[in-house]
Amino acid sequence: MKKNVLWRLALIGITIILAVIFFLPNTPAFRYMPQWWQQNMPDKGIVLGLDLQGGLHLVFEVEGDKAVELTTERYASRMKDILAKKKLIVETSVSGLNISVSPSSSDVRKAIEDSFPTLAPVEAAGKLVYRLAGSEAKRIKDTSVDQALETIRNRIDQFGVSEPTILRQGENEIVVQLPGVKDPKRAIDLIGKTAQLEFKMVDDEAKTAAELPQSIAPGEEENLIQQFSGKIPEDDEILFEKKVNKETGVVRKIPLLVKKQAALTGDLLSDAKVNIDSRFSEPYVSVSFNDAGAKTFEDVTGANVKKRMAIILDNTVYSAPVIQERIAGGNAQITGSFTMDEAKDLSIVLRAGALPAPLKMLQNVTVGPSLGRDSIEAGKMAGIIGTVAVIIFMIFYYRLSGIIADFALLLNIVLLLGAMASLNATLTLPGIAGMILAIGMAVDSNVLMFERMRDELRAGKTPRAAVDSGYHKAFWTIFDSHVTTLITAAVLFQFGTGPIKGFAVTLSLGVSINLFTALIGTKSVFDIINSKRELTKLSI
Amino acid sequence: MIELIRNTNIDFLGKRYIAFIVSGILSIIGIVAIVQIATGHANLGIDFAGGTSIQFKFEKPVVLHSVRVALEEGGLKDFDLQDLPSENKILIRVKKTDQRLGQIAETIENVLQQKLPDNKYVVDSTTEIGPKVGGRLRADAAKAVAFAVLGILIYVAFRFQFKFGVGATIATFHDVLAVLGIFFIMGREINLILITALLTIAGYSLTDTVVVFDRIRENLKIKQRESVEAVMNLSINEVLSRTIITSTTVLLTSIALFFFGGEVIHDFALAMIMGVVVGTYSSIFVASPVVLIWGGSRPFAKK
Repeated sequence: MKKNVLWRLALIGITIILAVIFFLPNTPAFRYMPQWWQQNMPDKGIVLGLDLQGGLHLVFEVEGDKAVELTTERYASRMKDILAKKKLIVETSVSGLNISVSPSSSDVRKAIEDSFPTLAPVEAAGKLVYRLAGSEAKRIKDTSVDQALETIRNRIDQFGVSEPTILRQGENEIVVQLPGVKDPKRAIDLIGKTAQLEFKMVDDEAKTAAELPQSIAPGEEENLIQQFSGKIPEDDEILFEKKVNKETGVVRKIPLLVKKQAALTGDLLSDAKVNIDSRFSEPYVSVSFNDAGAKTFEDVTGANVKKRMAIILDNTVYSAPVIQERIAGGNAQITGSFTMDEAKDLSIVLRAGALPAPLKMLQNVTVGPSLGRDSIEAGKMAGIIGTVAVIIFMIFYYRLSGIIADFALLLNIVLLLGAMASLNATLTLPGIAGMILAIGMAVDSNVLMFERMRDELRAGKTPRAAVDSGYHKAFWTIFDSHVTTLITAAVLFQFGTGPIKGFAVTLSLGVSINLFTALIGTKSVFDIINSKRELTKLSI
Repeated sequence: MIELIRNTNIDFLGKRYIAFIVSGILSIIGIVAIVQIATGHANLGIDFAGGTSIQFKFEKPVVLHSVRVALEEGGLKDFDLQDLPSENKILIRVKKTDQRLGQIAETIENVLQQKLPDNKYVVDSTTEIGPKVGGRLRADAAKAVAFAVLGILIYVAFRFQFKFGVGATIATFHDVLAVLGIFFIMGREINLILITALLTIAGYSLTDTVVVFDRIRENLKIKQRESVEAVMNLSINEVLSRTIITSTTVLLTSIALFFFGGEVIHDFALAMIMGVVVGTYSSIFVASPVVLIWGGSRPFAKK
C-alpha cells in the first residue's frame, strides 16, 4: 500500500476517534464512563438551543431617558438642601429635564455652578434654569443599562435558573435567555418590574381628598386624574390601590391623594423576606431598613402619628395603613393579598434592588418544553428517514461504489456531530434542518466523482486511471459548488438571529466536512481497492 | 451499471424560448411579491411585521370555529387562526398593535381559559415581536440577501468568464424569485425561515449551474470547431444524469424534512423542495441559454 494512503487512513481514524470523544457527552454512554474520563475529557458536547430545550429569549430596552429624569428630580431636591447649608433659601421645580430655581440671584447662580458642575444652564429670560449636561445625561443612560443588567442578574440568580444568559446588546438593550423555565410569565414579571418602592404620606387633610370617589372600575384611572387635575394641591398626586373582592373576584381601584415627595424609598432597604400572617395565613413581605433608613422611618412615623402612610411599588399603592405610633427598629410590612409566589417574587425584587429605569419589552420568544421535545423527535425522525433514503438510493444506483459513498456519508454525520460537539455549538431546529440538508449534499461530491469516473471508463480507460482522472477532474467542480454554499452560510451566520445562526453553523460545518470526506475518505477507499490488484472492472 | 439517463441528445437550447416564457412569468411573480412585501401587502410573518403569535396544545380536540367566536367575544380583532387537528394544536397570530408587548398574549390566554373551561391547554410557544425588533429583523434580512448576492457575484466573477457569471447570476436570481413568488401566490407566510431557505437555495442552485458550466468550459476547449450551441447542448446532455442525481439526494432529504421534520420546519422544507426543483430546471434551461444569448455564438475566448 502506498504511504500516502496509509497517512490518509490514519487521519480519518484520528478524526473519527476525536469526534466520538467530543460527542460522547451527548449520549447516555457518557455516564457509564470511568471517573477519570468524566473529569478529564470533554463533558459539554452539543448544546441545545432554546427552541429545542424550551425556554425564554427576551429583549428589553432600558428607558434611559427615565433614568435621566429620575436623576434630575434627585438633583432638584438635593439642590435645596445644599444651598440651604450655604444660607441660600431657594425653591426648585422640575419640568421634564429642566430644573427651575428661584430666586435668580447671582449668589444662587454661583453656588449652583460651584456645587453642581454636571448641570448646564439653559437659556431662559430672567430665570435660572438648569439641566444635566449632555455628557452627564449620556453617562447616566449608559450606566443605567449596566445597572439594570446587574439588577436583572441578581433577580434571576435568586429566582433560580440554571445557565441563564444576560447580555447587553447595542446601546440600550439587554438580552435575557432563560433555558428551561417552567413559568415564563412569572419570570418576565420578575425581570420587568422596576420595583421602585416608595413610602408616601397620604394627604387626607387636603380639601380634595374628601371629594375623591370611594372606588372606581379599572380603566377609569386616567379619567379620574384628568377630572381632578388642577384641583389637587400642587405637591400632591393621585395614586390607586387595587382591591379584589375575594368572593366575587371583582376588581376595584381606590384613589388616594398622596404627597409627591416620598418620605422614604426602597434604596434604604437592607433586606426583604416572606412571612405568613398567622391570623389569615396570608403571605406578606417584611422589609428591614438600613441604619439611615431606620432613622428616617422612625422620624417620619413619629411626626405623622394617626396619619396614613401609603406603601407604593411602581406607582401602585399596596396598602395605606394608619401610623399608630413612632416605629423604631426599621421594620415594615407590605401586605396586599399576595399568593405565595407573588410574595416570594416581591421579596426577590426588593432584595435585588430597583431598576434604574423602567424596561420595555421588545421581544419575547418562549418555547414550551413539550414543543422542544417534539421538535427534537421530529428532527431525529426526518434525519434518519432522509439518511436511509439517500443510502438506499446510492446503493441502488452506484452499487459497490454506492456503498463507498454511503460510508463517506456516515463518516460525514459522525464528523459533523463531533465537530459541533467540539465547538460546543448550539443546535437549533433550523440547525437540524441544516444537518439533514448537509446529508443530502454530502453524497453530491461522490456523485460528481462517480459520474466522472464513468465518463472516463466509457472513454476506455482502465479502472485505476478512471478513478484517478475522475477524481482530479471533479475536484474543482466539487470545490466550486461547496464554496457557494459556504458563502450563503457565512452571510446567514452574520445576519441571522439565534436559530438561523444555528442553521448556518451546521450547514457550513456539514459542507466543509463533506469536502474532507469526499476528497480524502472516498478517494482513499478507491486507492486501497486499486492498490491490491489492478481491477478489471469497477462497480460504479 | 444502472443509468437512468444515458446518451441523451436533447436539444435543450432549442427550447430556450419556451423556457424564457415560463421563467419570465415565474420571475415576474417573484418581483411582484418583492414589491408587495416592500409595501407591506404580503403575508409577512410576525418576525418581520411585529405582533404576537401563540400556539396552544389542548387536551381534547378543539373546534376552530368556537375558538374564533371566543376570541371575537373577548374583543380581539385582526387575528389569524391555524390548527393542527391531529395534535389538538391551534396557532393564533395577531399582527402589529399599539398595545404593550405581553398584553395580547395575556388577553388571549384569559379568554381561552374562560370560554373553553373544560378543555385545558398548555402554551407550546409564545412569540412577541415589538415594532423595533421587527424593523431590525427586516433590515437584517435585506442585508443578508444583499451580501449573499454580492458574495456569490464576486465568487462567480472570480471563477468564470463574465458571460458565464451573468448566466449563473441570472439563474440564481430566477430560482429565488420563483420560490418567493410561488410562496407569495400560495399565501404562505414570508418570514425569517423562508429567507433562510431562499439563501440556501441561492447557494445550492449555483452548485448545479457550476457543474454544467464546468463541462461547457471543458468541451469548448476540445471541440473548437463546433458551434457554441451544439457544445452547450452536448455538455448539458453529458452532465444531465449527475445534475439530476445530485438534486435527487437533496430532494430526498428535503422531502423527509417536509413530512417528518415537524410543524416548525415545514415551510422551510417546502421551500427547499421547490428550490431544488426550480434550481435544477434553471441550471439546464436558463443559465446556459443566457450565456449563449449574452456571449454570441462564436468565438469564445479561452480562459
